[in-house]
Amino acid sequence: MAESDLSIINLTKTYDRLTAVDRVSFTVPQGSFFSILGPSGCGKTTLLRMLAGFISPDSGDICIGGTSVLNLPPNRRPINMVFQHLALFPNMTVAENVAYGLRRRGLDKAEIAQRVQKMLARVSLPDAGPKQIDQLSGGQKQRIAIARCLVLEPALLLLDEPLGALDLKLREHMKIELKQLQAEIGTTFVYITHDQSEALVMSDHVAVMNRGRLEQIGTPQELYYKPKSAFVAGFVGVSNRLNCRIVSHNNAELILETQQGLNLHSSAIKIDKTYTGSAVAYVRPEAILIARDHAAVSSFSNQIEAKIGSILFDGANSSAILNLPQGESLMVALPQDGRMSMLQVGETVHIGWHPEATLCFPENTV
Amino acid sequence: MQLLRIEAPGGKLTFLLLVAPAALWLTALIIAPHIQLFIISFHEPSTSNAVATGLSNYREFFVEPLYWRTFARTAIISIITTILAVIIGLPVSYYIAKLTRGYRKSVLFVACLLPFWVSELVRTLGWMILLRETGVVSNLLQVLGFVNHPVELLYNDATIIVGLVYTSILFMVVPLVNAFDSLDDSLVEAGYDLGGNIFSVTWDIIIPHAMPGLMSGCIVVFMLSLGNYATPTLLGGKNSLWFTEQIYAQFITRFNWEQGAAFGFLLLILSSAIIWLALRITRQRLVDVVR
Repeated sequence: MAESDLSIINLTKTYDRLTAVDRVSFTVPQGSFFSILGPSGCGKTTLLRMLAGFISPDSGDICIGGTSVLNLPPNRRPINMVFQHLALFPNMTVAENVAYGLRRRGLDKAEIAQRVQKMLARVSLPDAGPKQIDQLSGGQKQRIAIARCLVLEPALLLLDEPLGALDLKLREHMKIELKQLQAEIGTTFVYITHDQSEALVMSDHVAVMNRGRLEQIGTPQELYYKPKSAFVAGFVGVSNRLNCRIVSHNNAELILETQQGLNLHSSAIKIDKTYTGSAVAYVRPEAILIARDHAAVSSFSNQIEAKIGSILFDGANSSAILNLPQGESLMVALPQDGRMSMLQVGETVHIGWHPEATLCFPENTV
Repeated sequence: MQLLRIEAPGGKLTFLLLVAPAALWLTALIIAPHIQLFIISFHEPSTSNAVATGLSNYREFFVEPLYWRTFARTAIISIITTILAVIIGLPVSYYIAKLTRGYRKSVLFVACLLPFWVSELVRTLGWMILLRETGVVSNLLQVLGFVNHPVELLYNDATIIVGLVYTSILFMVVPLVNAFDSLDDSLVEAGYDLGGNIFSVTWDIIIPHAMPGLMSGCIVVFMLSLGNYATPTLLGGKNSLWFTEQIYAQFITRFNWEQGAAFGFLLLILSSAIIWLALRITRQRLVDVVR
């Protein structure tokens, strides 16, 4: 275990009768970008505030490098936090904001000034020192809020959805910038978000939380391609969700039937052989091949003829919603080479996908 | 509060009509009498009907030690009252604004407001019942064996200050609660997160945020104390030496309107000067404070 790995052991917090965080355990290796992803109310904010020290857990432990920090108050933990609305002090200049934590540590003025200047240069705002907070743009404020924490050289930096308040363009830009900054500085980042794209783009590892419990921890690729639960399959990325019953189940393949009578073949099975209840199947829009002639899809075990219901043009992310003869509708990604750009609503097309692209789970786990 | 820009046709007329009652009230009840008093204050005292003008009423204030010392004493006690109101008001308002919510918050706020449903005179008499020689506190101290004879707790400066703080604390709490309400909790948390403690967070983050509200509370409390008449007179007794008593004495007892008018103006000018000085020292602007 490295010197400042963060490990969380069986952390639990209950409010009245609601369990906000339920026996959560994980380890964040030093220097990695770790995200906690979940819908609002899943307990991620409670978890973050326990890490910062604003809430004390009912049970469990938080350790940095093997030493518990549970008994340290927030002002003495080697953990700093970037708040959702940044919480920059409006009555202080940029330099005073960055210097705040160093002043609290009682460093002498010359050293504070030097370290503040170095930090401001690091976040590419070397001349921002004498500015007032309201003179900064959204992205600059973001960087100052991070600089204010990083100047203290914390073992861990917590970020509470700091990109939420930015507009879309800037948010996309800040995602890349944050990832680069983290890679340069090497401080462990724990990033909280409900936006799966932020988590996937920036993180080394992502923990998906739902109803106070950890659903899955893994690399973004693992979460996307090998979700362990129906919740993760549905929450991470876009997926077509189909409610089914099990028709037959042998070792290699599962045959499902949707409520409207569509048959699906699946080989990505997270269902026990003894299970006979209803199931849910997830198919990613980009896993489905769409073609004008049947020959192109004839090799797939799942093949359907469908009508185009509507076309959602979004450049490289364009997709179409198909109406299946059985009554279901499926979202299908359109090929990026523009082959299908002349599709018309109402046109008949052929679609197909491999059985391993049908992820199926027992329904009661959702 | 922000003034809305009126752009509707006939907006000017609407504005004039809305402002008219306030303007009338100000003119008829504040400005006009003050102009009259201002003129009177320059009249020389004389026994004949002929009126002479001069500065002798104002000179009297600076020449006669009783007068300016009474004013200085009034100002100092009012400043002490203001400081005490700040010391008590800050934690009370912070508690109401930040640490309670919903029903409890309303109850606490009403509890602060409730004493003001009773007239100031009755409230002050309440203090007299508690503090006089044969009063509740004196009896209690005797019963508990702390003293073996009745104690007189009225008619000293400390009692005046207690009464004044009690009378004016609401005017400190209301602007402070408003100021704290607008303070983002995460600023306080960020202060702690970055290594601050209760003192540094209060001094560096909470007080600067509340400063305009704090100053507006201070101005109101200071002015109310300075201009108070009933509380110092009743709790301080005959020797309370409050400046408003001097004004009262000049107008009513001695029938010296000229001198009373001059004192009235001196009170206005000197108290404004003290407030101006306080705003300069704390680097606040009046426009922010009254917002």
